[in-house]
Amino acid sequence: MELSVINLNFSYTDKPILRDLSFSVRDGEFVSILGPSGCGKSTLLNILAGILKPESGQILIDGQQIHGISGHFAYMPQNDLLFPWRTILDNVCLYGEIHQNKAEMKKEAKAQFARFGLEGCEDKYPGELSGGMRQRAAFLRTTLCEAGIFLLDEPFGALDVITRGDMQDWLCELRANLKRTILLVTHDTDEAIYLSDRILILGQPGEGIREEICIGEKERTRDWLYEQGRLRAQIHRIIKFV
Amino acid sequence: MSKVSKAAPVAVIVILMGIWEIIVRVAGIPLYVLPAPGDMLKSFASEFPTLFGHAGITVMEAAAGMAISFVVGIVVGVLIDAMPTFKACVYPILVVTQTVPVIVLAPIFIIYMGFGYAPKILTVVLMCFFPIVVSFSDGLGEMEEGYLNLVRTYGGSRLQLYRIVKIPSAMISLLSGLKVAATYSISGAVVGEWIASQSGLGYYLIRAKNGYMLDKVFACVLMIILLSLLMNGLVKLFGYAVLPWARRRRNSR
Repeated sequence: MELSVINLNFSYTDKPILRDLSFSVRDGEFVSILGPSGCGKSTLLNILAGILKPESGQILIDGQQIHGISGHFAYMPQNDLLFPWRTILDNVCLYGEIHQNKAEMKKEAKAQFARFGLEGCEDKYPGELSGGMRQRAAFLRTTLCEAGIFLLDEPFGALDVITRGDMQDWLCELRANLKRTILLVTHDTDEAIYLSDRILILGQPGEGIREEICIGEKERTRDWLYEQGRLRAQIHRIIKFV
Repeated sequence: MSKVSKAAPVAVIVILMGIWEIIVRVAGIPLYVLPAPGDMLKSFASEFPTLFGHAGITVMEAAAGMAISFVVGIVVGVLIDAMPTFKACVYPILVVTQTVPVIVLAPIFIIYMGFGYAPKILTVVLMCFFPIVVSFSDGLGEMEEGYLNLVRTYGGSRLQLYRIVKIPSAMISLLSGLKVAATYSISGAVVGEWIASQSGLGYYLIRAKNGYMLDKVFACVLMIILLSLLMNGLVKLFGYAVLPWARRRRNSR
């Protein structure tokens, strides 16, 4: 699915957060949005998901304008938001339960548990799992949505550095098979370089997109990532530039 | 450690009872002023069949009152959460109803409803309804907005929002309210019977008191305590059944 955002505006009371923001994402593309905190990254995802209402501007999916909650987006926030009273299987099948095909989704979900490193956790409760496993469960729940575009809002932000690295490796491997358009919000430069096809760098609140960096089709490994010193420095300079 | 803390209140009661027993025996306090714990236990044993019969009536009234409070409390709790206008209209009135002493209302209920079970059940409802409604409606509003938004972005309806997020999240809070209500329910029924009745523990209490049989009065009080604890225990059991996740988390710690 192709996403276009045209002249989006949003402000909290008097403070403009997004001003005339425009960008587009191709079908199947993985785009990261990088920027200082408070620049409106999460606000943007909330607007796309339909939780917040923009003041003006258009959001187009495959050329069609959408309003409010549309069903095209699967939104995954930083907090795993697993319901503590539901087993992992019941948690990941939430979308199926809402759309009345829980039984079918359960079968589909069970087949995915191993791929998400969750084998044996079907009947456990979120409180019994580690932070990384909970985040993988939340990710499995997101992938089971019939939505063409994933909105990932700092999905690994709450994890410790080592677990975060493992999760990035895992998502990097999984990425090709997902066959979805992905929009990732992060403040981790390495994460953005490692995972995305393109990076959009947002400036100060109200400033809009400062620079766009294409990484393109490359074999992604940790070793490759370690060699990207120049790219990393370039991104840092862009973010720091006032 | 937990075994010690559980035994501690029992030990305190046993010691206090012992002191009480000694004072009554040494000072020779007559039975119609203050019975010794020993007398009380003796009469609890000898009166048990009678007490048991009256307790059946009281428990029936308490349970009926609890059931009505539960059903109405759930409905009103959801309405309070779903409609801010309804909350603004009803919530302050609910608080005010709790400031009127039940002992004043119980005789009025009897004037309106006669000497049957109805006024007693209504007394129980009046005492149990409030903690259930307040705990449930508060619990419904407690869940973090993120969970609600998640279900909304997944295309969930308002009804599904309640079924999937709000009602399950309110269960812990509701259980606290139910525990309070369960403990009140027996006292509520006894107050209702105290005013006018032909059976029940309240009726037994009046009879025993009027005859200055204080050992029987205390035996009846013991019965009321046991029944209140039983009601409380039943609610705990209910909680154990509906919240398996909370139980497991506790065990895994």
